[in-house]
Amino acid sequence: MNLRETLKSGKFTVTAEVGPPKGIDTRDFLEKADLLKDRVCAVNVTDQQSAVMRLGSLAGCVLLRERGIEPVFQMTCRDRNRIALQSDLLNASVLGIENVLCITGDHMALGDHPQAKPVFDIDSVSLLQAAREMEHGQDMNGIELQGSPHFFLGASVTPGADPLEPQLIKMEKKVKAGAQFFQTQAVYEPDKFEEFMQEAKKFGVPVLVGIVLVKSAGMARYMNKNVAGVHVPDDLIEGLEKAENKLQKGIEIAARLIKEMRDMCQGVHIMAIGLESQVPAILDAAGL
Amino acid sequence: MIVSELKPMEEIVGYLEGESKVFLVGCNGCAEACQTGGSKQVIEMKQKLEELGKKVTGYCVVDFLCNKILVRVKLLSYQDAILNADSLLIMTCGIGTQAVANAIHKPVHPACNTINLGGSRGEWPGSERCLECGDCVLDYTGGICPLTVCAKYLINGPCGGAKEGRCEVEPDVRPCGWQLIYERLKAVDRLDVMRKMVPPKNYSKMSPPKYIRSTIMWDVEQEEAKV
Repeated sequence: MNLRETLKSGKFTVTAEVGPPKGIDTRDFLEKADLLKDRVCAVNVTDQQSAVMRLGSLAGCVLLRERGIEPVFQMTCRDRNRIALQSDLLNASVLGIENVLCITGDHMALGDHPQAKPVFDIDSVSLLQAAREMEHGQDMNGIELQGSPHFFLGASVTPGADPLEPQLIKMEKKVKAGAQFFQTQAVYEPDKFEEFMQEAKKFGVPVLVGIVLVKSAGMARYMNKNVAGVHVPDDLIEGLEKAENKLQKGIEIAARLIKEMRDMCQGVHIMAIGLESQVPAILDAAGL
Repeated sequence: MIVSELKPMEEIVGYLEGESKVFLVGCNGCAEACQTGGSKQVIEMKQKLEELGKKVTGYCVVDFLCNKILVRVKLLSYQDAILNADSLLIMTCGIGTQAVANAIHKPVHPACNTINLGGSRGEWPGSERCLECGDCVLDYTGGICPLTVCAKYLINGPCGGAKEGRCEVEPDVRPCGWQLIYERLKAVDRLDVMRKMVPPKNYSKMSPPKYIRSTIMWDVEQEEAKV
């Protein structure tokens, strides 16, 4: 079953992500993806993540697809105007990519080319709408397409945002625009996620809770300081600090979070940030 | 008010490579206020260049280099010194430099960088900025411009990049624009407009329309052509 079918079936769905290399040596990228192949439903390929220039998501998706791994094509609005974005949607379609995650993207000020001209021609809501329009046989300007693509459209949301209401308002707009599933920013506080889901479930679109493998107390503190909408509670940081095997502790935390939240949502999206080899261990520990 | 800053001296000297004689032009408008192109800075520049072995054939400070007619009249009285120079070094904003370049058949060099204000602030000294986008969205953003206040020009709500109400880009000086908009809309009981699906902006309106592109000078020239 593909991602669309799995989510439709109501089965608890697992996705993960891999980041393409900065360069053309794809061995490590593919090795990591291979480790995920039989354990997850689909694998996101990030789009110049953290605004760092690297191999593109679309090429990465095609490589995964060739190996029998279902890819999720991530598209940010940072680097392409509406002409390039729509064209890439068509490109994805002819290359057999159906799943597209439409996101705003980190600002280039955070990446390795801060001198770049920010594009942000359209936003994630409009990108979703554009993809939906294309399925109906026309581009953003209503001009007829020669053959229309077919997508399974995803979007992202930050459950830990404070205040939460603007996030929920935008989430609702994304649903209206055509989002068929959500993969969330990392969550470490199940009680807050529950509050979020109380509201989010009203939209009737599956939500895959984001889990970032935290491998040290330092990383947790870094995220608390720098990553928006993410808060690692003090007791988790303490646990990591005391643990002899920090990675093992991180895996345990991730598994426990999944167990605690799996009844609240429709799936989990695991972002291992380089430690994709540990995803099977997380899933084992979570009983998935 | 247009804000300018002096370029590093090495950059300016680089422009003058291969030239020995230069004429300096300053501006008594914004550049004087920014201390980049008033009389004081022009005289300082003259001394610096002379120390570096350049000959300054003359200098003048115009009240408002952005006033094209004023520029032409003023430069006329320095004709000899200007003709005697290899080039002109203009100590003002990008508009003034272009105005001089347009008024005289000599190479011009900019001595200043014009600082981006993240959209024009007009005469207003506060943080409200206008991008002059030609397609105002202030109605459904609580009177706060999302194009100048949001680093990503978002028009349908916030991204996930704000932390404690601050933008991921320069959090020390940038609040999350969409949080400001959200709070404003909530305060005036208009949060419903945030739910409006705002269509993509028409950026073709961000260029000046034809009738603005024709300037007073252009009109004068058209009249002259008729005579």
